Parts: sequence; C-alpha cells; structure tokens
Amino acid sequence: MERIPILRMGRLLLVTIQVDMHDRLAMTLQEDLTNRIVSDRATGVLIDISALDIVDSFIGRMISHTAAMAKILDARTVLVGMQPAVAITLVELGLELEGVSTALNVELGIKLLERGKP
Amino acid sequence: MSNTKITQLETVITTYHAELLDGWMNDLISRLTRRDKGAENELRQQATQFLQLLITTLGKTSSIDIKDSAWEDVRHLLGDISQSRARQGYSPIDTANFIFSLKNPLYTYLRAALGDQPLQLAEETATTSALFDTLGLHTIDVYQKTREQIIQRQQQELLELSTPVVQLWKNVLALPLIGTLDSARTQVVMENLLQKIVDTGALIAIIDITGVPTVDTLVAQHLLKTIAAARLMGADCIISGIRPQIAQTIVHLGVNLEDVVTKATLADAFVVALQRTGSTISHTETER
Repeated sequence: MERIPILRMGRLLLVTIQVDMHDRLAMTLQEDLTNRIVSDRATGVLIDISALDIVDSFIGRMISHTAAMAKILDARTVLVGMQPAVAITLVELGLELEGVSTALNVELGIKLLERGKP
Repeated sequence: MSNTKITQLETVITTYHAELLDGWMNDLISRLTRRDKGAENELRQQATQFLQLLITTLGKTSSIDIKDSAWEDVRHLLGDISQSRARQGYSPIDTANFIFSLKNPLYTYLRAALGDQPLQLAEETATTSALFDTLGLHTIDVYQKTREQIIQRQQQELLELSTPVVQLWKNVLALPLIGTLDSARTQVVMENLLQKIVDTGALIAIIDITGVPTVDTLVAQHLLKTIAAARLMGADCIISGIRPQIAQTIVHLGVNLEDVVTKATLADAFVVALQRTGSTISHTETER
C-alpha cells in the first residue's frame, strides 16, 4: 500500500506531501504520524504541502485534526509551503486552520519550531 | 417605414451642395463650445465627407432604411464621428446635433425646390425627417456604446493600478489600499499579496487602509479573508491607518478584529514589523 514517508530530523518530523492526497492516504498518514511522534519522541512536526495544487476540505480538516492530535502528544505542528491559490481556496471554503502554525517554507518552519512557542 | 422612397432629396442635395454645406457649417460652428481653428477644420472635413457620402448613397438606393447594406458607408462614417466625439468628451447632445443641424438648411432648400408642389414637399419633408432621425439615433447609439467601453476600460485599469504591493524592508511588505474594497478587488489584492509573499519570502505584511473611505461589514470580511489567507501561507498581517471614525464603525458593527494586530499609523505598524523580524532602526539627533 502506498504511504507518505515521514523523515526524522533530530526531534522534528518532516512530512513532504508530493502526491495527490486521497482520503485513505490521508487517514494512513494521520495514523503513521501519531505513532511516529510517540516512538521518536518528536517535539515538532513539519508538513510540507508546497507540491500540492489542490487541498480540499477533507484534507484541510485532516491537517487541522493532525495538528490537534500532535498537540496532545506535546508536539507542535507547522504547515509549510502553501501555494497562494490553495490559501485562497481554503479561506473561501471557510477553513482557516485555526490552531495550526504556518510558515512560508521548511527553513522558516524549522526556525519557528526551534524558537519555541511564539 | 422602410418602403418609403426618397425621390427629390438627392437632387436637392446635389444642386445646393455648397449652400447646404455653408448653412450647416454656420449652424455647427455656432453651437461649437470650444472654438478653435482645428475643431472648425475637423468639423468642415467631417461635414463635407458626410454630404458626399449621402449623395452617393442616395444615388445608389432609394430606401431610407439605414440598416440596409447600401447605407453601410454612411453608418460607418457616423459611427467613427460619434466614437471620436465620445472619446473627446463631447456631450451626447453635441454629438447628435451634428446630424440634426443639417435638417434646417435642408428644409430651406427643399422648400425652394418644391415650393410649387405642396403635396410632394410635405411628403419629402416627412421622409427626410424620418431619415435624419434614424441617423441621429444611430450616432447616439454608437456614442453610448463607446462611452460604455471607456467606462469598462477604466474600471479594468483601476483594478490593476490600485493594488501595488511594496517591499518596505527585508521580510516586510506593505499593501496600501486606496478606494472601496469590493469582492473583485479583494480577489486581485489577495492574489497580488500572496504572490508577493511567495516571491519575497516576507514574514509580515502591513495592510494600510488610510485610503479606504469606509469600512462596512463586507469590507471588513474581505480584509479578514485576506489576512487569513496570508496566515495560511505563513505570513502575519498588521492593519494600519485606521482612522478614528473607522474604529468607531468597526466596533459598532461588531466586527471582530481581536485576532489581528492593528495600529493607528503605518509608522507604528512598521516599528512592530521591525521588532518581529529582529531589525532595528536608530534615530540620531543631528544638529542643523
């Protein structure tokens, strides 16, 4: 079964989504990620969606749920690299992903996580 | 109407061509608001051209239905004249008068030619009048369409002109908004801002609304949408340039701006942006 790789960078986890997310893939990712946060004792999660041109409401909600789950497991989630068109679509859909930190790219996302809570 | 025929008109115009032109020109020039040689010459040229075409067309066809293909040249010339007048800012009355003021001299010479045949004179007068009315309406129609095109183009230009995104400092963008925000403009503003954030890697965008005359719930909602979209991209927004009246309106309307950093002036917002990005500017007093 196809899976999205989760890379470990110190105490951070990096997920780069490069394929179109279908719902089952999203659920698998959520499960894998929560397991890895616990097993790797991660303190931060970076989700890179710079390759995604389309983010629908399901994926948007999945991301915001994943961030909430990670928070319970004491890891902060930063969503990085959102395309302008995706941002506009999500806002028009009324999904503003409150509670999820965002950054322009992975580098800025790492900085944000290292700086601790803003 | 279209089967009414013109019999004598062509003869009259051909016979009294020069006199007609003079009479018409006198009338036209007396109505001219902006008197200069250039405008007069242009008028004379247009009038001569029109009379010439009218004679040719009346020679070809006896129908006065100007939708007829025989009238195409005349329609075209009138269209051009109306268009250029619409662009130069003539009033619709001035534009239509170009045609209508030919009526009077024409009647004079029709009377001279057909004075002894009252029945035919009445008939000719009626058809001529009908012909010139339709021609006049045609000029107004073209005039109106040209004006609409101008308005549309200006709207488009306004949309493009009024939304510059400028870089104030490393990682700091400013978006000075001028004029009322509607949905179409918000879309353009949002796209411009987000694209600029990607291009420059900015962390903070200052939206300055000094130039926005009024903020109602819709404008506020558009602003909040833009801010939310920028946040999703990883950039924070600061709203600046809120005038006292606008602050009052926002509170009275119950718009929630609590999650947004707001500052009274662009300068204050800039200081906050500098602090957040870790830059400093120092000011030293120098003696003059």
